[in-house]
Amino acid sequence: MKTAVIVFPGSNCDRDIAVALESVTGRKPEMVWHGDSALPDGVGLVALPGGFSYGDYLRSGAIGARSPIMRAVVEAADKGLPVLGICNGFQVLTEAGLLPGALMRNEGLNFVCRDVALTVENAQTAFTSRYAQGETITIPVAHHDGNYFADAETLDRLEAEGRVAFRYAGAVNGSARGIAGVLNAGGNVLGMMPHPERRIEAAHGGDDGRRLFEGLLETVGA
Amino acid sequence: MKLRIFVTLKPGVLDPQGKAIHKALDGLGFAGVNDVRQGKLIELDVADSTDDASIDDMCRKLLANTVIENYRVERA
Repeated sequence: MKTAVIVFPGSNCDRDIAVALESVTGRKPEMVWHGDSALPDGVGLVALPGGFSYGDYLRSGAIGARSPIMRAVVEAADKGLPVLGICNGFQVLTEAGLLPGALMRNEGLNFVCRDVALTVENAQTAFTSRYAQGETITIPVAHHDGNYFADAETLDRLEAEGRVAFRYAGAVNGSARGIAGVLNAGGNVLGMMPHPERRIEAAHGGDDGRRLFEGLLETVGA
Repeated sequence: MKLRIFVTLKPGVLDPQGKAIHKALDGLGFAGVNDVRQGKLIELDVADSTDDASIDDMCRKLLANTVIENYRVERA
């Protein structure tokens, strides 16, 4: 599968996600600069990496979400192209309106950087097919603004429609209803605060993150 | 024309930074502070011909995230 990684000024997990994607798909992803206006042809997945796009100025992900390439990403996502936003990528996706809600400062005001246990809330998605429903997996987090917020009505809808992909198994950042990752209505856009690309091989302490990329490769296809 | 845009968290949205400031004020011995909310001020210098609709558009499209924030525009 041909993949693309969007690189914003301040992205710092772009190479990590590139390594993860290459390791799973066998192909180097196309690194796409935020100032570009089009995605490469034939891309089967777009990844928005973690980091601090534009230094988190104004709000996390706010300026990145208004960059030229995001118009192309929004258009492609609306047509069903799989898009994965991790950490700052998740913040960019909410700011771009591809996912509901917003990511706010962590409840405890601390930067949280550690392994966390996640519950797989929906194993029937393109991103989670290699997990078992209700399975507990371990994925690292590293963020300051991971406190997911949406109004009660939106949260109810997300839960009713199976759009909560992952939930924190314990308290991490104050996220509404413990939400760690959400999907769009079409199920082709996933935003999550934990970093699956940092847990793809034994040297990382496990490969729970790798299974997300393997599942994607399987469901999205070559 | 100078504009001051005040961006504040909507009522009911948890403001951990406001809470931390509140705690610090308590620590300094200031009694009677009921609540603290932190927001931000954005100053714009725009052409005099800029109409209200454009200003509102700027606020809604970028300066405030209306999922969690309210904004108020003041003309200086």
